Amino acid sequence: MSDRAGTANTPMRAHGGADHHESFLVYRKFKWLKIAALLSLVCFIAYLVHQPKDIPNGGTWLGYTLGGTGAALIVWLTWFGYRKRAYSSGAGRVQAWLSAHVYLGLALVVVATLHSGFRFAWNIHTFTYCLVLIVVASGIFGVFTYARYPSLMTANRRGLTTAQMMANIGAIDAELRTAASSLGDKLAALVVKATQETKVGGGVWEQLRGRPRYCGTDEAARELQTVLRQDLGAEEHEARKLMVLLTRKSQMLAQMRRDIQYKAMMDIWLYVHVPLAIALVVALATHVFAVFFY
Amino acid sequence: MAEHYKIAIIGSGPAGLSAAAHAAELGVSHILFERAKQYSDTIYKFQKRKHVMAAPETLPLRSDLPFKESSREEILGGWADGMGARASNVRMGTEVTGITGQKGAFKIATKGGEEFTAEAVILSIGVQGNLRQLGVPGDNWERVQYQLDDPDEYQNENIIIVGGGDAGIENALALSVGNNVSIVNNQAEFAYAKPANRALILAAIKEGTIQGIMSANAKQVEPGLMTLSVPDGEIQVKCDRIIARIGALPPRKFVESCGIQFSSPAPTAFPHVSDTYESNVPGMYIVGALAGYPLIKQCMNQGYEVVEYILGNNIPPADEPLIQAKLDHIKPAINPSRLIELIRERLPVYKVLTTLQIREMLLGSEIHFKKPGEVIFARNDYTNSFWSIIDGQADIQINPTNPAEVVTLQPGQFFGEMGLISGRRRTATTVARTDCLLLEVPRNSMIRLQRSVPEVKRVIDEVAIIRQIKTYLTPTVDDAALSEVVASSEIVALKPGEVLIQEGTDDDSVFLIRSGSVTVSSTIGGQEVVLAYLPAGNYVGEMALLTKQHRSATVKAAVASEAIKINSTAFRALLDRAPDLMKQVKGKLETRMRERVQVEARPEDTGLIEFLLRQGFSEATDVLLIDESLCVRCDNCEKACAETHHGVSRLTREAGPTFDSVHVPTSCRHCEHPHCMKDCPPDAIRRAPNGEVFIGDNCIGCGNCERNCPYGVIHMAAVPAEKPSLLNWLLWGAGPGPGEDKSEAGMNARTGSKHATKCDMCKDDPAGPACVRSCPTGAAIRVNPEQFLNFLREQGR
Ligand SMILES: Cc1cc2nc3c(=O)[nH]c(=O)nc-3n(C[C@H](O)[C@H](O)[C@H](O)COP(=O)(O)OP(=O)(O)OC[C@H]3O[C@@H](n4cnc5c(N)ncnc54)[C@H](O)[C@@H]3O)c2cc1C
Ligand code: HEM
Ligand code: SF4
Ligand code: SF4
Ligand code: SF4
Repeated sequence: MSDRAGTANTPMRAHGGADHHESFLVYRKFKWLKIAALLSLVCFIAYLVHQPKDIPNGGTWLGYTLGGTGAALIVWLTWFGYRKRAYSSGAGRVQAWLSAHVYLGLALVVVATLHSGFRFAWNIHTFTYCLVLIVVASGIFGVFTYARYPSLMTANRRGLTTAQMMANIGAIDAELRTAASSLGDKLAALVVKATQETKVGGGVWEQLRGRPRYCGTDEAARELQTVLRQDLGAEEHEARKLMVLLTRKSQMLAQMRRDIQYKAMMDIWLYVHVPLAIALVVALATHVFAVFFY
Repeated sequence: MAEHYKIAIIGSGPAGLSAAAHAAELGVSHILFERAKQYSDTIYKFQKRKHVMAAPETLPLRSDLPFKESSREEILGGWADGMGARASNVRMGTEVTGITGQKGAFKIATKGGEEFTAEAVILSIGVQGNLRQLGVPGDNWERVQYQLDDPDEYQNENIIIVGGGDAGIENALALSVGNNVSIVNNQAEFAYAKPANRALILAAIKEGTIQGIMSANAKQVEPGLMTLSVPDGEIQVKCDRIIARIGALPPRKFVESCGIQFSSPAPTAFPHVSDTYESNVPGMYIVGALAGYPLIKQCMNQGYEVVEYILGNNIPPADEPLIQAKLDHIKPAINPSRLIELIRERLPVYKVLTTLQIREMLLGSEIHFKKPGEVIFARNDYTNSFWSIIDGQADIQINPTNPAEVVTLQPGQFFGEMGLISGRRRTATTVARTDCLLLEVPRNSMIRLQRSVPEVKRVIDEVAIIRQIKTYLTPTVDDAALSEVVASSEIVALKPGEVLIQEGTDDDSVFLIRSGSVTVSSTIGGQEVVLAYLPAGNYVGEMALLTKQHRSATVKAAVASEAIKINSTAFRALLDRAPDLMKQVKGKLETRMRERVQVEARPEDTGLIEFLLRQGFSEATDVLLIDESLCVRCDNCEKACAETHHGVSRLTREAGPTFDSVHVPTSCRHCEHPHCMKDCPPDAIRRAPNGEVFIGDNCIGCGNCERNCPYGVIHMAAVPAEKPSLLNWLLWGAGPGPGEDKSEAGMNARTGSKHATKCDMCKDDPAGPACVRSCPTGAAIRVNPEQFLNFLREQGR
């Protein structure tokens, strides 16, 4: 769409490499997927070719090589938590790190499994192996949420920011309060319920579910529904107006809660992934210690 | 009989006050008029405890009153004490409404109906002007106000905001939390507001949080009730308070009524003053911000100097040592007055300037001495200063692939004007041919000069047109062949949105865009569809000329732009003489027609491009874009920015509009001609050699740039606390962590010191933008608009 003549307005500097959007999964034409696949393949072939005196296990030269590779991977994968926050580091984009993290993390399953030689028991070694699997599984779940929720979030937002959504809800509350001043006690009580017993956010579980156990606004709307079925006489008109306001507020609350839900989904798994990753490093150290000193 | 004085001083800002103090010190009969109830109303209205800067640091202060970097309170206190210690004749609360008469016998009339006479007048009324009043019956109700200090003061009120500009919108939005707010706009749209504000207010009106009353004008005010005239009659709106934000009346009218001429009709123009600050009216002097000198120290110096000049004492200017310091490295030695003489003798661009203007220009400029072969600037450098040769010769390399192909410039000629005009990268490398003495004037000084002295612009444009036609169109054609084209060309200035070519018309001139950018659009299926976007350096209009048909599309300025209009007959003749050019023009015509067919087939695809153009792509050099289908809202980008920029993020991820899933967060676009630079008193906003627009440490915190940036990316922020190292925080939880804002707690010891902050493209970090580097998913990227639009075209989007 743009012609370029004499004064090319060339970019200022390397922008870190990208001139258009590219997911960390695709990063540089799946560079890290290829590397990880190659690593897995090499390990696998070595495993097949290797003829240990004993049955395959961690104690052979291949076992040590696989173990060493796995341990290095685990330490490096955990180091990502540091790199992510080392904001002034020039060591590659975090996107590249994550791309490598994801694919090499998956390759770790191959490396660790082969390292184990499929010998499992109730001991620290298998425990460490299980931790690897759980951390990787949570990571896979994370990638799933990263792929799914961002677009849903944009669609749900319809261009509003959190502050704007909050302000809109606040504005409806103000309208509700103004309306309440000319209502009878019964209807006014509903307004109080809707304005004072409604919250967004809440505990982890409520966030993930996307709706609270109890919502004053929804409750008030439900009660008003029943009230409306009776003959209200002069108050009928006011009550209908109230219903419109409550419905609007309900919709806005639902939008806001969905927003919070999506965000929570993208956050929650890290609370499993990270602590277990650290537990894994500790278990790994114990496992190595046990191997060499017992 | 009116009271008579030797000197009358109007306005007690730093300029007028310093003048009065000096007159008092010398025992000269004088009178000082001040409209407000206290001295220096402009500074009095600064935010409480504001930290006032004393830029330029190196300029010595020449005043009987004290002034150094400190708080507003201390400075005002120091001045009050200084005035108290002198027998100065002061009239507070007295607005001057008219000055008539001539040198030796001026008559000064005040609002109260008094009259005074004086031999000389010093006008030092600044540029703040008078806040515009509603001007309708009943507007003296005590609840009609023209300012809003603290929106939190008001709760549960019905408030009417009059005025759909940025100030009105910002007030309305702030008050709408907790109040019932209506906004009255005298137009059908919020055309004068920043896009960000416009979007917010439209959303608020749509949601019903603010009531919008459009195309309405105030008619009458009664306590508790406002009458408005609207297109279909009159309406009455209940109100507990009316806040009118309808701008300030610039003092120009008053100044002109005194017989003073401004340098041009442009609203940015200043009155012309002589080397002794005398205006075109003999005996009437102008100092301070009104004369175009916006820094307090300059104002105070001028107040002192002007009194001396009126008394006939020709004291040397205060900036002498500063200019001398710039010449210390030049051999053989040269002094400032000799330099000024040389500039006037040899450089036609500056011939008409007063010594005062040349000195002011020199303060920001550099004098260079270059040896033969030394590169002055290289092609693609992002500098846009303006160079002149005082002595020696310089070579411009006109062919990037062959450095031997040069044009040699002689003493008196200038170069570098292309970058200055287009706001883009240097188009050619320039090298010293012999020993050279060069004057380099920064962009901002040059823009100001062109604005205040039209002759400077004229001289530059005369040469620039030829060079631009050559560079952008025909590097290979010789000057003789071009002369006809040049002779018939003229410069057309365009406002944003102004039409250059109208579809269906018959005119067939060709236009060369030399600054800004244009969009080419056509009406397809009843809808205006953008066909192309052309930045500076491109030409348009060749299609009608070659196909001999009506204009097939409309061309509009996307931002304030300038085009060179070339007469069609002359252009035709040029094409016949230059077969290369003919081939190139025809080639481009074919591509453009092909693209047009593509767009016509799928007009809906241009939506994203139009959206991006509206977000400033048309004047940007670098834009942060977030792909919302990848963004996991971790805010790592903001944290990274804050972490690498004294704890204050220069981007707001969530704010800013979205189209499809492309989100343009609030972050600097590094505009070609940055609006933010326009009114920065200490010239603190500059462009780094790589193109980054950044704010230097000499920012005085006036907030002008925050108001001038149309994209709302500048924020005034306090300087926060130091942070612990990352490992310290991870391991021991020391201090505020990454991205945590401690600006409140850690606010600088210099209380109340706020500075303008904005994205500097992480220019000091060789690894590039921290926000982009820290995004884990690849959602955040910084793009060059032209490249990104090309990418979209290739993708068929
Ligand atoms: C928010 C802000 C922050 C700033 N911070 C700094 C800083 O830190 N450092 C710095 O160097 N500069 C700063 N500046 C710039 C500086 O304040 C002004 O440029 C300077 O005050 C101009 O001085 P002046 O004497 O020319 O005019 P002003 O200070 O504007 O004074 C004009 C006076 O004339 C009076 N007046 C006007 N019309 C009439 C009339 N008809 N009759 C009688 N009296 C009249 C006005 O009431 C006023 O008191 C800042 C500006 C702003 C807006
Ligand atoms: C045993 C192997 C792994 C270890 C030790 C590990 C460890 C870590 C650590 C320490 C973080 C930093 C989180 C933070 O500080 O915010 C992280 C983030 C992450 N990991 Fe893993 N990880 C492993 C495997 C995987 C795998 C296999 C995947 C995906 C398939 C994965 C996906 C992710 C993702 C998506 C993030 C979040 C990035 C972000 O949003 O910042 N991880 N991991
Ligand atoms: S701050 Fe200046 S350069 Fe940046 S977007 Fe605003 S006007 Fe443009
Ligand atoms: S480029 Fe640097 S300064 Fe600009 S927003 Fe990104 S991190 Fe902040
Ligand atoms: S760092 Fe990337 S993913 Fe995180 S909020 Fe910023 S743009 Fe979105």
